[in-house]
Amino acid sequence: MTRHTLEIWVGIFVAAGIAALFMLAMKVSNLSTVTTGDTYNVTARFDNIGGLSVRSPVKASGVLVGRVSNVAYDDKTYSAIVTLSIQQQFNQFPKDSRASIYTAGLLGEQYIELSPGAEDDYLKDGDRLMMADSAMILEQMIGRIIADKISE
Amino acid sequence: MQSPLENTVNALETLGQRAILFFNRIGRSALFLFRIFQSLPFALFRPWLIFQQLYSVGVLTIVIILVAGAFVGMVLGLQGYNILVRFNSESSLGTMVGLTLVRELGPVVTALLFAGRAGSALTAELGLMKTTDQFSAMEMMAVDPFKRVIAPRFLAGFISMPLLAAIFSAVGIYGGYFVGVALLGVDDGAFWAQMQKSVDFHEDFMNGVWKSITFGFVATWIALFEGYDTVPTSEGVGRATTQSVVHASLTVLALNFILTALTLETT
Repeated sequence: MTRHTLEIWVGIFVAAGIAALFMLAMKVSNLSTVTTGDTYNVTARFDNIGGLSVRSPVKASGVLVGRVSNVAYDDKTYSAIVTLSIQQQFNQFPKDSRASIYTAGLLGEQYIELSPGAEDDYLKDGDRLMMADSAMILEQMIGRIIADKISE
Repeated sequence: MQSPLENTVNALETLGQRAILFFNRIGRSALFLFRIFQSLPFALFRPWLIFQQLYSVGVLTIVIILVAGAFVGMVLGLQGYNILVRFNSESSLGTMVGLTLVRELGPVVTALLFAGRAGSALTAELGLMKTTDQFSAMEMMAVDPFKRVIAPRFLAGFISMPLLAAIFSAVGIYGGYFVGVALLGVDDGAFWAQMQKSVDFHEDFMNGVWKSITFGFVATWIALFEGYDTVPTSEGVGRATTQSVVHASLTVLALNFILTALTLETT
């Protein structure tokens, strides 16, 4: 084999490998959908966050607008404080927007749904959402229904 | 007739010998790796030697990687579809195929095939060179076999493995796509969308890349050391080749478990 053909083959091999890496990164992983743009953080206080965790989606009308960046427990008020990182391009949520924890599907992952309020001022970095609905815990609901039935 | 005490002492002696030999070998392999690192800069100045090895280590392994990747992906598609369709969730077939290949099967199966195809060839080549005293001949001509022979092979293996693993995963995903979407009728959009939704760039994709880099390093190191450390007889070369494949495969499998356990987030 001449030096020339060998080099061509090695070139094809390296190019194919890099193309495969690129294909895996762009088409298979979520790199193309991850926005590394600027975000701003707002916090919300929940009595119970259920199965919410860091990197859970934050949605508005079902569209992904950000992610949960931190979950902390406040032992003064006995509640959970969740930090939401919302993309800078969605910076027009009214100050009195409401954050509710929902479940995708019956047993799916949990996410935060932002429902816009009516105020004229917009949310900005460091704000706290005043209205927050806790997660629906299936066991609690079933327990409540059973308790209702018994008391009837 | 030996007394029980003598028997025990003899057994202990054998055990001690084995242990010393074992640690001796580990020490020699570490020194071997150190000498490779020392010679790497010189190898980088002779890219032609690396190209030659990239051809025999990488290019010649592509075919087996392509075929194996396609079939593994097709089996994943078929098997996954059969299980998922029972729960009416065949649309997450993409998730299953993508995650399995990128995180686990891609790097591991590639490393096993790499150890069998390229690693054994490296060991046999070096073993035969040692048996026919080619290393001594080189040293007599003031040519360092580490710079001239071993370091280029090490670099070639180290570069080839991640590329081969990526090719394996990519071909496997298209294999799964072919069976799932083209043959069994999973929705085309759902296949890719579900896959993109659940395969994370940093957590999963980079994890697979790091794994394949680690496996490439370890498999090439073991193959080269087994060859360099051969008992210089025909039998020794044969045994070294077998050992190279066995040791590299077992190390890769054990290392894969450790790496997965370390990187899998349990939040």
